[in-house]
Amino acid sequence: MSQITTNGDLTTSDGRPLKAALAAAQFRAKRRAFFLVAPLLLFIIVSFILPIGQMLHRSVFHDGFAANAPDVKAWFAVNPDGTAPDEAAYAALAQDFKAMKADKTAGIAGTRVNYTLPETRSLITATARVADDLAPPYKDAFLALNPKWGDAAVWQAMRSASSAYTADFYLISTDRERAADGTIQKVPENTRIYIYLFVKTFLLSAVITVICFFLAFPVAHLLATLPTARANLMMILVLLPFWTSLLVRTTSWIVLLQGQGVVNDVLIALGIVGDDGRLKMMYNQAGTIIVMTHVLLPFMILPLYSVMKTIPPSYARAARSLGATSWTTFRRIYLPQTLPGIGAGALLVFILAVGYYITPALVGGADGQLISNFIDFHMDKSNWSLAAALSAMLLGGVLVLYWLYDRLVGIDNLKLG
Amino acid sequence: MALPIYLSPAERVWQYAYRAICAMIFIFLVAPILIVIPLSFNAEPYFTFTQKMLSFDPAGYSMRWYDTLLTDGMRAPEKLRDAGWWSDAWNNATWVKATKNSLIVGFWATILATVLGTIAALGLSRPEMPYRRLIMAILISPMIVPIIIIATGLFFFYSDPCGIIGLHCGRLTATYTGLVLAHATLGIPFVIITVTATLSGFDQSLIRASASLGANPRVTFFKVILPLILPGIISGALFAFVTSFDEVVAVLFLAGPEQQTIPRQMWNGIREAISPAILAVATLLVIVSITLLTTVELLRRRSERLRGVTPQ
Repeated sequence: MSQITTNGDLTTSDGRPLKAALAAAQFRAKRRAFFLVAPLLLFIIVSFILPIGQMLHRSVFHDGFAANAPDVKAWFAVNPDGTAPDEAAYAALAQDFKAMKADKTAGIAGTRVNYTLPETRSLITATARVADDLAPPYKDAFLALNPKWGDAAVWQAMRSASSAYTADFYLISTDRERAADGTIQKVPENTRIYIYLFVKTFLLSAVITVICFFLAFPVAHLLATLPTARANLMMILVLLPFWTSLLVRTTSWIVLLQGQGVVNDVLIALGIVGDDGRLKMMYNQAGTIIVMTHVLLPFMILPLYSVMKTIPPSYARAARSLGATSWTTFRRIYLPQTLPGIGAGALLVFILAVGYYITPALVGGADGQLISNFIDFHMDKSNWSLAAALSAMLLGGVLVLYWLYDRLVGIDNLKLG
Repeated sequence: MALPIYLSPAERVWQYAYRAICAMIFIFLVAPILIVIPLSFNAEPYFTFTQKMLSFDPAGYSMRWYDTLLTDGMRAPEKLRDAGWWSDAWNNATWVKATKNSLIVGFWATILATVLGTIAALGLSRPEMPYRRLIMAILISPMIVPIIIIATGLFFFYSDPCGIIGLHCGRLTATYTGLVLAHATLGIPFVIITVTATLSGFDQSLIRASASLGANPRVTFFKVILPLILPGIISGALFAFVTSFDEVVAVLFLAGPEQQTIPRQMWNGIREAISPAILAVATLLVIVSITLLTTVELLRRRSERLRGVTPQ
């Protein structure tokens, strides 16, 4: 029971101020709610956020050279950028090469320098192999071995590699490199791949999103206007692909679209194409687009449907009764009301498409590969830091879209079936 | 459905064209899934309908690819099919082993995701939950982050899981535990989404009513909350199971030869030696997905009935 004390403040029956008691109760309620969520949050942090963070760390960290060339690293530390390598530098380098030969670490060190300056890996491994024969004066010994050791660019690359933390992998993933004088420039036109790859991934995702929209809109509208019983029945046709294994769907499309597949056979039987004119719809960009559209279409239909179901048909009837044509009614009355659904569906499809891996890997051929497939390629080649840098850039893009989705749609409104 | 009478002839034509377009889109959605069913009974190793199949000649059809699923990888597939043959199939057939792996990993991943996810959803749907939006975004993110990034991160993490706290405790790569943890992570968003959706229609005053009648929180949960949200939990669990059952990228990165699952086997089949045996697996999986879809639909209707929402 609350009582009024002499100075007018409300208190609980045990004399505490009511405000403080309420705050304490609310704090307890908050803590209880949080304790329910805490186990899962901890699980997600350990099994999801931490591993990804650790992996992203690799995109700026590679101590292959820094850890195995301590003497040269020390020389770089005392001699500022641009100092020409003197005898002491070559002596330090010889010392490091002898250690690398003993520890068999020249490969990893060379790999690291190679990221910064291509074609230096073989230089380093070849030199390490004969490191024990190096004798003073070291500068002449090195130059006799390979004149490249006098090249300022090689020393610049080693200086850059002697720091374990580096932005070099981001330079590579944006088709840039460090010139001999340390300035950043674009790589030659014919070796630019990553920017093109990112643009291609985003463009293909946009194309898939647009196709999904045009296919989903009529279907969602039909489902939303049909009587409930029939709509539920038709809904199963949308949900069946949603529940079917991705690999099953991809297999089906391979069966349908390949050169000797069902679609080509039907086209030939109908006389539309000749036997030698079989369409190539698989193992190229067309394959990626067709199959991904099929896979992602339910993610567009479902949000559109749930918005369209809430639109009262009386608005459209009112517009018609006021003299609007059916096109005007659709354009001015119906379409604007579906915008939240369009936004939700399009964003979701686009987010999922940008990170897609399985379908392009199986049906994309050479030119239907997306950024995820290149991350896998570099993982396979043990270019881990480069894979991490590409992952970081992809993840950044996806998170921005995710944030946008949360702002515009709200994660709470994500629905499945 | 009858068309409104005020439509002009052109609009009528458009209405029929519109329905035809919708029918074609439905065919686009479903036909690719259904096409594998007849093709899986092909007597020839082709991926298209043979003349015999088209003329419904029984000789054009066979169960040989289903038989391959059992015999592939067996020690002595030609033997008489007695108990010994079946135990050989049970222990050695590649697809049988893959099925067992998929079920084991899927089962434990589902249990883990469902238990943790349901408890968290109970907290998330309380109005006093602090930082609700942020935490929700974090918990849903495994569904949004590209799978290749998750798999890459887990690949490094699993190769030295305790390294981050400076200890060494072996590896999680090529273990069932590692795969279960990864698949549980991927399934959690689905559990969270379905269970919070069910809880949003849950009448919170029932909890107070239960407490006022003398039930402690444990009794309230098991006797009042759980029966009402059970359909949502089961739907979420089925989503989590399907996610694990269909997952291939994490398996590619994290599993060893002992943990080959059905999707992993299919991946090999599609990439390397594509044989109609894949279509037989695909057919079986389509049947599984139809069963699951039906279950979820029935649960959804039951849940709506329980919550007093008229099905729409």
